[in-house]
Amino acid sequence: MTPEPITIATDVLVIGSGAAGMYAAIEAARGGAQVLLADRSLIGRGGATVMAQMTVAAALGEETPDSPQHHYDDTIAAGRGLCDEKLSQLLCEDAPDCIRELEHWGVGWARKDGHITATTAPGHDRPRCVYVDFINTGPAVSKTMRTVMARNAAIRKSGDLCVVDLMISGGECAGAVAYHLGSGAPVIIAAKATVLATGGLTRLYRRNSASANMGGDGYALALRAGATLIDMEFVQFFPIGHLAPRLIGMDPIMWDPFRYKLGGRLLNGRMEEFTSRYGSDEDGKYVLTRDLASYAIFKEVEAGRGSPHGGAYLSFTHCTPEALREAFGPVIDRLAANSIDLTRMAVEVAPIAHYHMGGVKADAGMATDVPGLYAAGEVVGGANGANRLSGNALTEAFVFGRRAGRSTAERAKRMARPSPRAQDAAAAVALIGAEAGAVQANAADLVARLQATMAEGVGPIRTGAKLQRALADIATLAAEHGERPAGRAAPFDLERLEWFDLRNMLVVAKSVAAAALARSESRGAHQREDFPAMLPQWKLHQSVRLADGALRIAGAPAGVAALAS
Amino acid sequence: MSSIAKLKVWRGTARDAGRWDTFEVPFEPGQSVLDGLRWIRIHCDPSLAMRFSCINANACKECMLQVDGETVYACTARLEPRHMTVTPLPNKKLFRDLVTEIAPPSERFK
Repeated sequence: MTPEPITIATDVLVIGSGAAGMYAAIEAARGGAQVLLADRSLIGRGGATVMAQMTVAAALGEETPDSPQHHYDDTIAAGRGLCDEKLSQLLCEDAPDCIRELEHWGVGWARKDGHITATTAPGHDRPRCVYVDFINTGPAVSKTMRTVMARNAAIRKSGDLCVVDLMISGGECAGAVAYHLGSGAPVIIAAKATVLATGGLTRLYRRNSASANMGGDGYALALRAGATLIDMEFVQFFPIGHLAPRLIGMDPIMWDPFRYKLGGRLLNGRMEEFTSRYGSDEDGKYVLTRDLASYAIFKEVEAGRGSPHGGAYLSFTHCTPEALREAFGPVIDRLAANSIDLTRMAVEVAPIAHYHMGGVKADAGMATDVPGLYAAGEVVGGANGANRLSGNALTEAFVFGRRAGRSTAERAKRMARPSPRAQDAAAAVALIGAEAGAVQANAADLVARLQATMAEGVGPIRTGAKLQRALADIATLAAEHGERPAGRAAPFDLERLEWFDLRNMLVVAKSVAAAALARSESRGAHQREDFPAMLPQWKLHQSVRLADGALRIAGAPAGVAALAS
Repeated sequence: MSSIAKLKVWRGTARDAGRWDTFEVPFEPGQSVLDGLRWIRIHCDPSLAMRFSCINANACKECMLQVDGETVYACTARLEPRHMTVTPLPNKKLFRDLVTEIAPPSERFK
């Protein structure tokens, strides 16, 4: 028996409460809109922002002269010819203003001699990456934004609200259909404008650096609503994710700040330096971009020169205990609690799914090609091309979130609240309350198998044969997943939640694998062993759309001009 | 020698009408209680309800519950090769199994 849907009306619906969603909510409210901020997890706690321990790239130029043009040049160069120029430009131009606004709200950016201080991250030509402290930047930002929202009565917040589908009425997005995890009841949200701020897709991979709820929901919602995705083949792997020994209470990308401060040595299983074999000498410094470092580690493992758990060693044994303690303070104690003594041992690291360059196609106002539907943050595709620079992820969350908030407030002023017809929500409402099928697959097991499939076949180093095998496996998993949800419409039925998760993950996984199979070249995060060269004719974006239940992949010319040179 | 952690987990949707399920989880040194609960969901019972988001970083603070009567984060509490009792937070509204209402009032669905 399906519970009666609860209906809510708002001006602006924001889906996802990381930094992009929260900035969009704050900015839309500032523009006069009533906002509902919905998250399937708790507000400001799931997603990637709270996991972002490190830095934010912005050309503040307080310590070292800098300008958005320099930041832009580095972003374009790292993107390997595939950045969507207008988005990269917006990212770099608006970044300093957002950093200053966040400081005004209470984010305590680290300062030295009265200036906001910045560090040099790989791929940046000068110190440009600001931080709160080396482990807490994301949580500090998240906390501040939650406090700003708490003071604003125009922003209504709801955690435990899982969006199942966007609601399309008369060709425009009129809100979404969700369900409340606490009761299982369907919730129809009518909105003048909707912002997807759902983050990336790292949950598709077995080893990943983000939250368990980053299964690519926004890409799937966009596809089913008729919007276009671009660059789906470009998944960024963070090269030095923690691999062994088992370490709890720490983010697996925790070695990044150590490398910023102390360099560290990346060694293969024979304790030899190896990155020079792949054209990049590290020389004890942290300069290698993420795509090159991931490639080098994978190739060493493949050649039989990996560390025992199948990665590389990261060693700080050349540093004194004092230097380590000075750089990392209490983190050293947390490592000791995990029986790790950096003065005596190297740890094992390996590439780990970290970020998605591809995503929803949006214009400079963050509008998608479905009227009324906007996107913000990592879910947007194009700003970072084929490879993202360190520090640009939180930046795009802030900049694109703010811009989306502004655009939605403007749209909200122009139009009356939509009155979606019952039939616009009917299919999603029926799915939410559906009786389970007779045979129920174990959704948690299906997720684990999908993650294994993606790790093995659609990682950073690809071949046509491996991608085809992955696509076949995804089709098998989709058949097991079936058309009818597992579990029941009841409070916190995780089988049902995971069935809906998989419904999204499967179509997104297929988009990534199919786009990767189509791109017969190597570029940035997409490396094809059967097509090792980067080809000028491939300097274009592929788009993915869903039409009559089938994915359609198409090419389009890239908007990148000679500015990169 | 392979060792086992025995997790006795409280199940149910009402405090006065629950039951106990005991799961045997393969133990490896260094694991967290959350590792054990996630293993159970994949290999034994996907209906086991719990909150977690960041998995390992202790950043999201969603996985609060009680182990042997003490309030902990499941992601930082060590799994041990012995009997361990896992229960929901006692002083919060219960949804199901290990899931309780831990959001501030202004951030809940109303």
